[in-house]
Amino acid sequence: MISTATATHAANLPRHGRRRFRAARIDWASLVGTGVTGFATLLIVTILAVILGNIVINGLPYVSWRFVSTGTATDMFDVNKAGILPMIFGTTARVILMTLFVLPMGVLTAIYLTEYARIHSPFTRIIRSAVNNLAGVPSIVFGLFGAGFFVRFIGHGMDSAFHSGGATVWGQPALLWASATLAVMTLPVVIIATEESLRAIPQGLREASLALGATKLETIIKIVLPQAVPGIMTGAILAISRAAGEVAPILFTGAAYYMRDLPKSLHDQFMDLGYHIFILSTQSPNVDKTRPLLYATVLVLLCLTFMLNIVAIFVRANMRKKMRMLH
Amino acid sequence: MGLRRGHRAKPIEWLAEKLIFVVSLSAILIVFLIFIFIGREALPVVFGQMNTALVQKTIPVDQMDKLSPAQFQDYLGLTKEQFASMDRDTLKTLMELKIESTKESSTDKDASVNTAQWRYLLSPHRWTGYDAPKYIWQPVSNIPKYNIIPLIIGSLKVTIVALIFAVPIALAAAIYVSQLARPRVREFAKPIIELLAGIPSVVLGFFALIVMATVLQHIFRTQSRLNALCAGIALGFSVIPVVFSIAEDALTSVPRSYVQAALALGASKWKAASQVVLPAAIPGVFAAVALGFGRAVGETMIVLMASGNASIVSWHFFDSTRTITATIAAELGEVVFGSAHYRVLFLIGVLLFAVTFLTNMTADIVMNRLKIRIEGKR
Repeated sequence: MISTATATHAANLPRHGRRRFRAARIDWASLVGTGVTGFATLLIVTILAVILGNIVINGLPYVSWRFVSTGTATDMFDVNKAGILPMIFGTTARVILMTLFVLPMGVLTAIYLTEYARIHSPFTRIIRSAVNNLAGVPSIVFGLFGAGFFVRFIGHGMDSAFHSGGATVWGQPALLWASATLAVMTLPVVIIATEESLRAIPQGLREASLALGATKLETIIKIVLPQAVPGIMTGAILAISRAAGEVAPILFTGAAYYMRDLPKSLHDQFMDLGYHIFILSTQSPNVDKTRPLLYATVLVLLCLTFMLNIVAIFVRANMRKKMRMLH
Repeated sequence: MGLRRGHRAKPIEWLAEKLIFVVSLSAILIVFLIFIFIGREALPVVFGQMNTALVQKTIPVDQMDKLSPAQFQDYLGLTKEQFASMDRDTLKTLMELKIESTKESSTDKDASVNTAQWRYLLSPHRWTGYDAPKYIWQPVSNIPKYNIIPLIIGSLKVTIVALIFAVPIALAAAIYVSQLARPRVREFAKPIIELLAGIPSVVLGFFALIVMATVLQHIFRTQSRLNALCAGIALGFSVIPVVFSIAEDALTSVPRSYVQAALALGASKWKAASQVVLPAAIPGVFAAVALGFGRAVGETMIVLMASGNASIVSWHFFDSTRTITATIAAELGEVVFGSAHYRVLFLIGVLLFAVTFLTNMTADIVMNRLKIRIEGKR
C-alpha cells in the first residue's frame, strides 16, 4: 500500500506508526544529525549575511551620485574627492565586449551538442569533458593564457603584420585582449546554460516542425531558438556576473593602475572596479582614510554582480516553470 | 513544393552544420591552446636552456676569430642588427669589457650558479650567507633564487585550511537542504547559498584583509596579521558554494524511491539520508570535494590579499604564506619579458594548470560513473 502512496504519504505514514510504538524513546542520532546539518546551513546563511551586512552598513553612507559619476580627480585614495566612473566604464565595456565574443560561440556549441551530435558518441563526450574542464581552470591561468596567446602571439603578430615600423599598438595589454580572455573563461557557463534550456524543449515541437516540411536549420532557427531565449539570457547574465568581478584574468591583459582619460579604442588599457578594489586595499598610503572609499567601491561592485545574479535566478526559475507546463 | 524547398536549402544546411560543428570544437581547441601557449613560455626552463649565472665562462680576446656571428651575438647579448653595425674593434672592446666585469663580480661563489636549473628549482641549496641548505624563493635579488617548494607548500597549506573549514559545512548543508529540510526552507536556502558564489573573489579578499584578519588576530593572538589561517577561511567561503551545489545535485539525483523504501521500512528521515542516500551519492560527494580542491588551489585574489605573501617554508597555519597563484599575480606584471623569472612564473602556471586539469578530469569521470549508476545504464 505504501509503495503506491505519494511521496508525502510515504514520509508521514511510517512516522505516525513509529510514534505509537516507541513514544518513550527519543531518536538521538536523528536529532543530532538534523541539528548539526541544519546548523551548518544556518552558518552559511549567517556568513553571507555578515559579509553583506558589513559591506552595506559601512559602504552605503559614502555612495553618492557624485561618487559614481566623476573620475579620480586629484587623490584616488580620498573618499571626498575620488570617483569611480572610469572603473564602472571600464568594467562595463569589457563585459559588453566579452558578451559579444562569448555568446555566439557558446550558443553554437550548445546547438551542436544538443541538435546535431549523437548523444553517446565519443566525440561528444570529449567536447563535453573539455567544457567541464574549462569551467574548472583557475582564473589566473586564463590570465597567463591571455598574456601568452592574445597579447604576445596575436597582438604582436598583428603589429608585425600591419605596423612594420616596430610600433606597439596591439601587442600590449588592452581592452580587447581582456575581453577576449574573459570570453574564453566564461565560455563553459554559456554552453552549459544554453544546453540546459535546449534540452528542456519538448522533442515533439521539433518533430512537428520537421513533419511540416521545415528543414533542420529552419527548425532550429524558427522553433528551437526562440524557445531557448530565456535560457540563453540566463547563461549570458551568469557569464557577465562572473566576469564582472574577476580580476586575475585581466591583471596582465588590460587593467591599468591609473589612467587620466577613459579608454578611447580597443587597444587602450582601462581601469576596472575589481582591480581598483585590489589597489585601494593593498596600495593605500593611509588605510583608515581609504576605508570608506573602499567600502563604497565594494558596495557598487556587489550591487552590480548581485543584481545580475538575482535577475538570472528569476529568469531561470520562470523558464523552468514554463518548461514544466509544456511537458 | 516542400521537396523543392528542401533541395534548395541543402547546401546552406550543409554549410551551417559544418560551421556549427567547427565552432563547437573551440572548447577543445582552447584547452589545447592553453597548454601550448603557457607551456611554450616555460619550455626554455624545462629544458634547462636559460642561464641566469652572473659569471659566465669568458672567452679570451685572441680567440675571437674562431667565434661564429651567432656565438658572438649569444656571448655578448647582441641583436642581429647591433652585431651587423659593429666593426671588429668595437667587438674587441666589448669582449675586454666583459672579461673585466666578470672579474669584478666573481667574489661571490653563487654568482657562477645558473639558478634556473631543475636542481635549484626543486632541491635546497646552501647559498652564501646561509649555514644550511635552504629552499628559497627570492626572484628579485642580486642572485635570483627560484626554488618553487615554498610556493607549493604555501598553496597546499592554504588549500588544506580551506577544505577543512569548508567541506564539512558544505556537505552537512547539502544533506540538510536536499534531504531533511521542509520544501519551503529548501526553496529559500538553496538560492541564498548559491548567492555566496556570486560574491567576487576580490570582495572576499577585501573582507578577509580588512575585517576578518583583525578579528582572527584578536582571537588567536597571532604574530602576523595576515596568515594562512585567515586566507584559508576566506578561501573556504568561496569553496563552500562549489562543494555545496555539486553535492546537493548528486544527493538530489538519487531516486526518490530509495528514500521512500527506507522510510517504509521504518527508518527515520535522518537514517534514510545518512545511510541510504549518502552512500548512493558518494561518487558525487567525492567529485564535489575534488572540484572544491581545484577551486581552492587556483583561487588568486583572496590569497594574494589575505595570506601575507611571505615565501617561507613552514607548515604552521599562523605564519604568513605565499601561494603559487599569488606569486604569479604579484610578479608577472613586473618581470622582463623572456627573462628566467618570467619563464619560471609560466612554469608554475603550467604546474597549476596540470593539477587542476587532473582534478577536473577525475571529478568528471567520477560524476559520469555516478550518472551511469543511477540511471542504470551500463
